[in-house]
Amino acid sequence: MDIQNIHPLVIFFAAITTNNILLTNFLGMCSYLAVSKDLKSSLGLGVAVIFVSTCTAPLNWLVYYKLLVPFGLEYLQYIAFIIVIAAFTQIIEMIIERVSTVLYLTLGIFLPLITVNCAIFGCVLFLVIRQYTFIQSIAYGMGAGTGWALAILALAGIRTRMEKKSKVIPELEGPGIALIITGVIAMAFIGFSGIVKIN
Amino acid sequence: MLTAILVICALTGGLTILLLIAESVFANYGEVNIDVNKGEKTFKTRGGSSLLRTLSSQKLFLPSGCGGRGSCGTCKCKVLEGGGPLLPTETPYLNDEERKTGIRLSCQLKVKNDIKIEVPEELLSIKEFETVIEKITDYTHDIKGLRFKLAEGETIKFRAGQFANLFSKPYDDVKEETSRAYSISSAPSDNRAIELVVRYVPNGMVTTYVFKHLHEGDRVKLIGPFGDFFLRDTDREIVCIAGGSGLAPIRSIILDMIDRGITNRKATFFFGAVSTRDLYYVEEFKAIEKQHPWFKFIPALSRDDSGHPYARGLITNVVADNYNDMKNIEAYLCGSPGMIDACEKMLTGKGMPKTQIFYDKFS
Repeated sequence: MDIQNIHPLVIFFAAITTNNILLTNFLGMCSYLAVSKDLKSSLGLGVAVIFVSTCTAPLNWLVYYKLLVPFGLEYLQYIAFIIVIAAFTQIIEMIIERVSTVLYLTLGIFLPLITVNCAIFGCVLFLVIRQYTFIQSIAYGMGAGTGWALAILALAGIRTRMEKKSKVIPELEGPGIALIITGVIAMAFIGFSGIVKIN
Repeated sequence: MLTAILVICALTGGLTILLLIAESVFANYGEVNIDVNKGEKTFKTRGGSSLLRTLSSQKLFLPSGCGGRGSCGTCKCKVLEGGGPLLPTETPYLNDEERKTGIRLSCQLKVKNDIKIEVPEELLSIKEFETVIEKITDYTHDIKGLRFKLAEGETIKFRAGQFANLFSKPYDDVKEETSRAYSISSAPSDNRAIELVVRYVPNGMVTTYVFKHLHEGDRVKLIGPFGDFFLRDTDREIVCIAGGSGLAPIRSIILDMIDRGITNRKATFFFGAVSTRDLYYVEEFKAIEKQHPWFKFIPALSRDDSGHPYARGLITNVVADNYNDMKNIEAYLCGSPGMIDACEKMLTGKGMPKTQIFYDKFS
């Protein structure tokens, strides 16, 4: 099937499950490991990532296909995408601060972090490589963000429970056991592969 | 190549404009009213920056050690209304008691709407003064007295013993405005002017400016008054000990006692110097001594074997020889850290509780 004909919803669900950006591509690892210590911050960062990736995916689609391609400047995509993501995060920060102080306090420190989150950048690069349409890119951005948020929430949930109930050998405490858990979650996600698949 | 540059420029330019628009739309909080100490001072200003910066733009200076980076916790102030929720960047600096009473870190709190705050009374009198040097007097070979005239119609309200920050203008290799604290030597009743005593510090940025570049008639910026070194309201006998330019706040305190008619407290001022050439204001203090029976002035010279009429020896020894039990005496010390530490040791050794020793360390 031609890639342009895939229904956006399929892309959305595939991005969450079988093509989960964190569990299959291992992108956005640093903040994933650092923030997954407690559920509340994970939820905050997860929501922020969903928000930013949903918005920057179509924005960068426009920059790539309407600005860079017509001038034959595809090689500038990395710089252009990073600038767009950085500027966009700034604007979102301003809006959130204005609209909801509570949300700003929960997301506050995470928003600037997202500028350097490779999951967002990876998501933008994938939609260019896979030649998604504009609508598909929105679905993919939303799906990739949701998938990332799901993964960090799963890990945070497991980590907080393990802290109370299980004993980890000292050598594996912290990032060590977190990476092993991530591997197990990733394997569990392979179970979704019968449902949807995109390449 | 040229198109690449143009496209990137257009992209960044477009985003910059977008950011500026977003800032003026979303980060624009319009005019806000700020109420200090229940209506004692009110002003309208643009919202959007931190409370600390907003207040300092109105010449209300809260103490701040780190300059607003949220790492020292000294710029606390009480917010009665309109502060919004407590921020995570503030919590490490506030204890439970402070959280309950509405104390906030003013450098972290953003002014977004009308706000009501409470600050210590003294802070309201801290102002920036544009002054003109009225008189420069050479007191000794390395100490000068400066008298600054305030602008027409302006007055300063301070407690005797407090200090002000003197700003030097750029000179020679010093490219930036610098400021140093100097004790005020004039009496609070003399509120149309400020007198400071400055001792020359070799290579000192501001003292070099004062000694080499400042002339009568020059314009100078001062900010003040600051500090918690002032006469406490008790009935105890007082002993003042000072060295060098540490005489300044003590002079202000004694002059203030005269102005306020405090006669029930015995006060003795020990002034420590090396030799006769380091003494100044002796006539004035001798005259006060003659006029006011409660005051006594005892200069002491540590290394002068000429036939002078003053006490001889280290200031700590001279003070110690004059008292037996100092349990009910209050001490006001001003001078170098070495002198103050030595005096504190001597005074506590004579039975004076630490809570009755007040000092201003010059370092």
